[in-house]
Amino acid sequence: MKRNLSIRSVALWLILAATALFLGSAFIANPALFIQQVINGLAQGAIFALVALGYTLVYGIIELINFAHGDVYMIGAFIGLSIVSLMGASEKSDSGTMLLTIALMFITAPLVCAVLNVTIERLAYRPLRNAPRIVVLISAIGMSFILEQVGLWWAQFGALSYFGGSGSTPKSFPALVPKFNLLAETAININLTPKHIFALALAIPLMIILRLFVQRTLMGKAMRATAQNRDAARLMGIDINRVISLTFLIGGALAGVGGVAGGLYFEGVVWNMGFDMGLKAFTSAVLGGIGNITGAMLGGFFIGLVSALSDQYIAAQWTRAVVFGILVLVLVFRPTGLLGTGVQQKA
Amino acid sequence: MPLLAVNDIHTYYGHIYALKGISITVEKGEVVTLIGANGAGKTTTLKTISGLLHPKQGTIFLEGEQISGLPPHVIVSKGVGQAPEGRQIFTRLTVEENLDMGAYSRQDKLEIKKDLEHVYQIFPRLAERRNQAGGTLSGGEQQMLAIGRALMSRPRILLLDEPSMGLAPVLVDTIFQIIQELNREGTTILLVEQNAARALSVANRGYVLETGHIFVEGSAQELAKNEQVRKAYLGEV
Repeated sequence: MKRNLSIRSVALWLILAATALFLGSAFIANPALFIQQVINGLAQGAIFALVALGYTLVYGIIELINFAHGDVYMIGAFIGLSIVSLMGASEKSDSGTMLLTIALMFITAPLVCAVLNVTIERLAYRPLRNAPRIVVLISAIGMSFILEQVGLWWAQFGALSYFGGSGSTPKSFPALVPKFNLLAETAININLTPKHIFALALAIPLMIILRLFVQRTLMGKAMRATAQNRDAARLMGIDINRVISLTFLIGGALAGVGGVAGGLYFEGVVWNMGFDMGLKAFTSAVLGGIGNITGAMLGGFFIGLVSALSDQYIAAQWTRAVVFGILVLVLVFRPTGLLGTGVQQKA
Repeated sequence: MPLLAVNDIHTYYGHIYALKGISITVEKGEVVTLIGANGAGKTTTLKTISGLLHPKQGTIFLEGEQISGLPPHVIVSKGVGQAPEGRQIFTRLTVEENLDMGAYSRQDKLEIKKDLEHVYQIFPRLAERRNQAGGTLSGGEQQMLAIGRALMSRPRILLLDEPSMGLAPVLVDTIFQIIQELNREGTTILLVEQNAARALSVANRGYVLETGHIFVEGSAQELAKNEQVRKAYLGEV
């Protein structure tokens, strides 16, 4: 056993050293390009983190990997783009229309996604509360398929048909948040745009609010208590169904914000975008330690960075493989994640 | 009218027919103990009273109001506080957060604050460790936290499930002293114990459970003298 462990740790150090060497030489070869990828990585990582929080909150409370969560993110993005079409907004609209559109998107999508997520729990998970965990997991996969089908129809016949193409063609999202280079006048050869700052300025305050809510408020404490020991929580007078609904509500709202932010940031939506985001956000959550809120945030930024660096230095089509590779490495070397506490129960 | 009246309850634990007609009453101000071997149904009885399990048959009344069939969070708010078997504290919440959770069903903030100070007065060890995670406490301290947490709901009846389990003898003494002290302050207690001798020493009355039935009941003195009880549960030949 001890020998096994040492082989594992040698392997881990080799992987880490090779990665460090690779990144170090990339940085030396072209520092500006490297920093550019770090900026891109942090900005998209903020969006990953918003979605990762939904995975981690739900897992923390009912130990379910909510496979439908990525698709709730997709629905959020679709709502955003539908509002764009209803408002007739585009890059060329006046700033008043743009601001109004953005405001409407960020109000409507979180609301609808929150209600949607709560409804999913009520319909597909709550009746299976006492069933074996695999049953709930299958139900979640089923919900994911249903939402993707809704996305296909929506893109073909609904508000998104405005953008042309069939249900399965990606629709481009107008860049309502400007993407001119803030550093254009300087000697620094890095593209830093309001879009980058927007993603971070949106996600970080939400994460701080969530953390304060969970740490400080009575309802937040009840959430943590329910996550740690459901029966004991019930004996405290906590209505765990309410706590679970609240968890889905928060997760859904964050996915809604993430969906709109993702649509704006990646400038496109497609019916199966939830799968890709789901993979990245779920890996973020596992990397940080599933069930751990801070972990999901850090994991999101980390996977954002890894994806950006992989897009640049390996190849974009390999990024999924890299992210999945990290998921495997985490599960092998540190299944509890970076900040995870695992199952520690003192009798 | 008894404070708690359990009338002929039958409860299944999964597929196991665990309680086959249990009737118990607890009068206001009493300490009543349920004793019996492992698997006799003591914990199942408490879980049925607190609503974690629902009886297939039979009723439970708290001061004349039916509580059987209600969800646990409602039963707590009606005045049934429980320190469950195995303590079940929230290991990653601090001591004080654990106590806050105990008062979850209450709104009277000022009174909650008073009760918090009162719990710290009964258990000074908890006051010292108020900002420590519950999981870092010793077994005895965790038991104190579990009892303190249950008290924070200002229960009309306090259910204690094996409070002495796994504790060093000196801590067992402390816990039983505290039980007596709480009762002197007016708390009604239903105490489940394997340590029958100790339980009978602090109780007014007791019920002896055997595989889902009440085998014998009576005052604590009667039970302590009862020959069959002495043989089976008090370790006498």
